[in-house]
Amino acid sequence: MNDIHLISLLPLLLIAGTSVLVLLAISVRRNHAAAFALTLAGLAAGFCSTFFTPPGQATQLLLMDRYAFFFMGLLIAASFFIALLCYGYLAEREGNKEEFYVLLLVATLGAMTLTASSHFASLFLGIEILSVALYGLIAYLRDRPLTLEAGIKYLILAGSSSAFLAFGIALVYADLGVLDFATVAQRISSTQSESALQLLIPGTILILVGIGFKLALAPFHMWTPDVYEGAPAPVTAFVATVSKGGMFALLLRYFSLSGLDRFPRLLLVLSIIAVASMLAGNLLALFSTNVKRILAYSSIAHMGYLLVAVEASSRLGMTAAAFYLVAYFIMILGAFGVVTVLSDGERDADRLADYRGLFWRRPVLALVFTTMLLSLAGIPLTAGFLAKFYLVAAGADSHAWLLILVLVVTSTIGLFYYLRVVTTLFQQPVSEDETLEPLPRRAPAISLVLTVLTIFLIWFGVFPSPLLHLIQSTIGNIF
Amino acid sequence: MILGWLLAILIAGGLIAWPLARLHPLLSRLIALSAVALDLALALFLAARDFGPGSIAGGWREDLDLSWIPQFGIHFHLGLDGLSLLLVLLTLFLGVVAVVVSWTEITTAVGFYHFNLLLILAGILGVLLSLDLFLFYFSWELMLVPMYFLISIWGREQRVYAAIKFFLFTQLSGLLMLIALLALYFAHHQATGVYTFEYQDLLGTPLDPHAAMWIMLGFLAAFAVKLPVFPFHTWLPDACTEASAATNLVLASLMASTAAYGMIRFLLPLFPDAVQAISPLMIVLAVIGILYSAFLAFSQTNLMRLVAYASIGHLGFVLLAIFAGNSLALRGAVMTIIAHAISIGALFLVAGAVEKRVQSREIDTMGGLWETIPRLSGAGLFFALAALGLPGLGDFIGEFLILIGTYQAHIAAAAVAACGVLAATFYALRFVQRAFQGPNDHSWQLPDLAPREALIFGILMVVLLWLGFYPQPVFETLRQAANHAPALWR
Repeated sequence: MNDIHLISLLPLLLIAGTSVLVLLAISVRRNHAAAFALTLAGLAAGFCSTFFTPPGQATQLLLMDRYAFFFMGLLIAASFFIALLCYGYLAEREGNKEEFYVLLLVATLGAMTLTASSHFASLFLGIEILSVALYGLIAYLRDRPLTLEAGIKYLILAGSSSAFLAFGIALVYADLGVLDFATVAQRISSTQSESALQLLIPGTILILVGIGFKLALAPFHMWTPDVYEGAPAPVTAFVATVSKGGMFALLLRYFSLSGLDRFPRLLLVLSIIAVASMLAGNLLALFSTNVKRILAYSSIAHMGYLLVAVEASSRLGMTAAAFYLVAYFIMILGAFGVVTVLSDGERDADRLADYRGLFWRRPVLALVFTTMLLSLAGIPLTAGFLAKFYLVAAGADSHAWLLILVLVVTSTIGLFYYLRVVTTLFQQPVSEDETLEPLPRRAPAISLVLTVLTIFLIWFGVFPSPLLHLIQSTIGNIF
Repeated sequence: MILGWLLAILIAGGLIAWPLARLHPLLSRLIALSAVALDLALALFLAARDFGPGSIAGGWREDLDLSWIPQFGIHFHLGLDGLSLLLVLLTLFLGVVAVVVSWTEITTAVGFYHFNLLLILAGILGVLLSLDLFLFYFSWELMLVPMYFLISIWGREQRVYAAIKFFLFTQLSGLLMLIALLALYFAHHQATGVYTFEYQDLLGTPLDPHAAMWIMLGFLAAFAVKLPVFPFHTWLPDACTEASAATNLVLASLMASTAAYGMIRFLLPLFPDAVQAISPLMIVLAVIGILYSAFLAFSQTNLMRLVAYASIGHLGFVLLAIFAGNSLALRGAVMTIIAHAISIGALFLVAGAVEKRVQSREIDTMGGLWETIPRLSGAGLFFALAALGLPGLGDFIGEFLILIGTYQAHIAAAAVAACGVLAATFYALRFVQRAFQGPNDHSWQLPDLAPREALIFGILMVVLLWLGFYPQPVFETLRQAANHAPALWR
């Protein structure tokens, strides 16, 4: 490895370095504020580095191209925001707080590795780095029973999904004899008939199982509601955004690079997964009264929507998926941000009842939450609307009429439960003396950040051109 | 550029009015009122400026074309012709009325209320002015959320149910329109190699009949739900039963006219053959809707619900005219849209004014009100007569033209629809009879119209009389729309 390669690894090195630095700092002296500040500084540096680092193939494992840098920037920005949320959240709770940031950084590192991986080995490596850190993060508040349960559930299921993934990779290797994506793609395209590659399809489907678990696609979504509910709110936000975002970037790259879309059987499997996710996510959410669970189900549905773009596997589909992912990040972070701000030292604010009449007590928070939910539902003026529009356009372009019809119908179903939450927010207090007094103002800084996030959401919903331009110039060149 | 200002003033007005309510609700009301009034003045200026043919450049009175999302060929393209001018004037006129009516009716979250109201008006103007189909869809959907809030926050007991029903109906149908829109977009690209949402470019898109039918149905779904067309109308009575009078004015009068506008502006010129093919079905639905709603209106006991069914009946005439394939009927449709918006809107306001006094919407709690509130009762009678199509008032002109036009195309449909006019007499008179006439069994002693209310009702009456006796300016203005779709208006 020469200098050029090292330079292009800069974002990864920065984040990895920061995690070590935080560890060292803890060993010198425990200080929550210091660990927090170091983490923020490291993430900020990492974010900036994605703009300046020269692209390059760093070893056979990692392809640090503009595509990877775009997603890395997105993931780091999300982690930055989550770290901001965590500070206030952890400060109110007992126990050591500093290691949380180390785990957060390592998990981010894992997700970033995924966005750059061009080889099955780095894929596996990235997933494991991410998962192992997540076990710790999910069960971090270990004196809460639900949290512990969520951690163990995630540990077992993530472990078994890794096994599926490894098995799938082995099958693909047995068939093609190579592990890096570019050569895999070459071998696939040089093969004339599908029958010559008997293990490729089953292998890829097993890989999809592993990826599907991480993305919480139906029917591999069973863990999602429990983990979302049990994990601390900022960690849930992390699972929903950074972890899924990294995985999705990988799926998108692998799928568009390897030319797997020539196999109709594989496309059928993907379609089934997409339809199942859209249906399962939206229908299950209807029957839930727990806000974290509702968001969990909704994230299942959103991953299903995203698959529509993957399936289109065109330049339009790629940009649509990237745009959707950006919008999804903002909405989910904003929504969990509100949940975090409203949570107190004893439990997370996850019951629908916690939100009753929020508009009359904390109007700004309620409006932020409303905007995020309406954006998740795909209502105009928000980025969620354009993102959905973009997805439907990508689907229509590739004539996937059935998929977009399901998308439309299920997102109407989805509207129902988003509206239920929104309605709760605006419910008038039943009696005069009930809950009319403003809630204690926790974390005013976070409220400010949330407002900024909302402004971004509306900005991208009304003037998407700059973001689209950025996406097209970074992601478009993967083809 | 004025067209851009029309939208900007409303949105800015809403954004300013919202926080100002914290200082004093009156400030918020004043800002909202002045924003809408300023818009109305601008629109009147536009109407007065190039009145008469020959002064129109490019077929549009006004035109504003800015690049918006170049990656998709989406433009912020607004244009104004005679048809949209009429409806813009109508929207802003009733918008002013809605703000004034809310003056004492709305007391909670005043700022947020006006923000939503102005955003809806902006959405409606966006629909009426868009010449880019994406912008059209954007504005179309933009109306929904604020309307949802208007119903669900400031409505009556069952408001949440009604609001969600409204939202789901309109959202699903809107998404179907989105698919159709994109299908048209890609079909156009396939045929010409250009990605565009521009109305005038899409007009000539060659489509095979099968695809045209499906795409047309997607558009029709959105318009049919919002108009509303029987049997997709069930959300409207529910919403109107729960929402406040000013909300109903916007919901039934203005949003319905956007649906009719959508049919005339987009459906007919974009898919002439598919429309032709489906028109028998739509005419049957229109006639059923007219009779069915008259029948239901007759048997309602809730005043708002009664008016809502009356509204559906009038819009049935509009639907009939649009699919009759006759330019006379189409002119009648535009006239009916305007007259319906005013007369039915006024009936909602009368119902609201009565409700404020007797604290109920049930017709059984009323009766004999004429003794105690003669002026309000007189207004009720006047607008009920307008709604039943009394000659000399706006509705008569519209329905008369529709019936003449339909008669030339479908004699049977015209004959049955004419029975609908008769049926309207029954429910309109029953409304007056039960609410205002008869003995004052409940011994009501109520305050009559306040000057503010009297002024509103007076102006609405004058406009209806003007439309009834001298409708020529409307048709003159409309003639200019013929430039874009000569086949429709010849």
